[in-house]
Amino acid sequence: MRLHRHIAGLALGVVAVSAYAQLAIEITGAGANRLPVAIADFPGERIVSQALTSVVRGDLERSGLFKLVDTGGQALPENASVAYGDWKARGADALAVGSVAMTSEGRYETRFRLHDIQKQAVLGSQGYAHTSGQLRATAHRISDFIYEKLTGEPGIFSTRIAYVVKSTGRFELQIADADGGNAQTALASREPIISPTWSPDGSKLAYVSFEAKKPVVYVHDLSTGRRHVAANFKGSNSAPAWSPDGRKLAVVLTKDGSSQLYLVNSDGSGVTRIASSSGIDTEPQFSPDGQSIYFTSDRGGSPQIYRIGATGGDVQRITFDGSYNVTARPSPDGRSLAYVSRSGGRFQLTLMDLATKQTQILTDSAKDESPSFAPNGRMIIFATEVGGRGVLAAVSTDGRVKQKLSIQAGDVREPSWGPYVK
Amino acid sequence: MRHSIALLAALLLAACGSQPPSPEQNPAGVESRSPSEVRAEPVAPQAIDPFGVAALKDPKSILSKRSVYFDYDSFVVKDEFKNLIEAHAKFLVNNPKFKMLIQGNADERGSREYNLALGQKRADAVKKALQLLGAREDQIESVSLGEEKPVCGDQTEDCWAKNRRGDMLYSGEF
Repeated sequence: MRLHRHIAGLALGVVAVSAYAQLAIEITGAGANRLPVAIADFPGERIVSQALTSVVRGDLERSGLFKLVDTGGQALPENASVAYGDWKARGADALAVGSVAMTSEGRYETRFRLHDIQKQAVLGSQGYAHTSGQLRATAHRISDFIYEKLTGEPGIFSTRIAYVVKSTGRFELQIADADGGNAQTALASREPIISPTWSPDGSKLAYVSFEAKKPVVYVHDLSTGRRHVAANFKGSNSAPAWSPDGRKLAVVLTKDGSSQLYLVNSDGSGVTRIASSSGIDTEPQFSPDGQSIYFTSDRGGSPQIYRIGATGGDVQRITFDGSYNVTARPSPDGRSLAYVSRSGGRFQLTLMDLATKQTQILTDSAKDESPSFAPNGRMIIFATEVGGRGVLAAVSTDGRVKQKLSIQAGDVREPSWGPYVK
Repeated sequence: MRHSIALLAALLLAACGSQPPSPEQNPAGVESRSPSEVRAEPVAPQAIDPFGVAALKDPKSILSKRSVYFDYDSFVVKDEFKNLIEAHAKFLVNNPKFKMLIQGNADERGSREYNLALGQKRADAVKKALQLLGAREDQIESVSLGEEKPVCGDQTEDCWAKNRRGDMLYSGEF
């Protein structure tokens, strides 16, 4: 009886999100020097309603690092001989050509080639076998290849994001491609869901759910839809953060008094305490090398960011400016720290260079929360508010490239950017 | 009256047996805490023991009031809630089998997780006040809902004040 009631209130497993509830992405700022790139149409690419190259062009344009050069609607297969002079005259520095061909019923092969127009040379070729349902995924892989060849950094178009959508009386933990497409619901509940965070291998999400009328930490396997309780002690259980090896979670428990930092194995066993204070310690986050943990504490009288060894030890204060600095997120290279800083009643995403301690406010919004780095460290996704509605926004670490992701049907919050897809 | 209290007590024991505030891990899955397990029958006001079970639902009893409100960035139980805390402490002392869940809340400004910790401090302050007046530690679980369950949704000081709150729930109500 109890079990049935529980299942009725919760939907587990992965369910596709209807079109009207999909995230819409909008570019609100671009980089200073954008690389001119031409993406020719690929012969045979219209195997579903969305053409493969339109996904590639969208990816590159939204990154803010590329300017798309008009191709005049030309369709050029990967083996086409390229008139370098013509493309130079059009202003392109690089050109992608390719084709999509059916190999057997429902199976396709996409081949493409990237040309350097200046050097009149081939930068690389790739081939992918896929189904029609994998067209977007194939396009994102091509975008990643182009991005890496032209910028020298890995692309993030194949990565996924997790976030929470709140509509009337309903909370959904959703997962989508980094461009907001292909959204799916991993968990639906009548009670709030907060603080989702990806396991380092991208197979699981840890999050906090209030379905038991109190905060409890769960670990949810995305391929099976199964989940288990990782922390449900007396009091509140919250703020899960994965260790870089994926074996442990730093969590905040109140079982021994106020909100304090603990480590648990990801299966929920073996709880140990990391730090001790008389006030609030929360929002733990491992450094990428796993050696230390950043966290928020009010031990100095106002919430500030501190750092401690991953198994305890000396505590070092990191932020000093202002009376409210919270939600620390170290960059993937460990060199900088994103966090939310309050100044003049505005909560803004801020980036600190950890070596020089120089800070830069990255946004002009007022209600920024929950920053999360893309795995290549170039973009940060965060929650904010536009017109009284919760939206997601992404900003490059130089503050120039800006995107907004919103849905018509409700508030979006609590973003977490997933790892590279292998 | 007697019948309804007997029924309530039976339900209560059943509820307590299946859902203690668990100090240990509960890897078996999610606890289902249904709000509909205990429904006290309405009774005539003159029949009510001022610190008896039925008083919890009687709008004329102070025990039907369950919320303690806090100032901004504060975790001090204000003097105006002294009588309320005393009444609930006395109830817990007189009804040792009853358990209480205190849900702390915060207004929406700032980090969700930090607000969860602020709500916990408020719930803990209510718990401590009840314990000082004789309630047992194992009768009370203090938890936080942070900014996630606002009773008021406008972005005004009036509204935020309503959301900076600790709510006391008895067995069967959570």
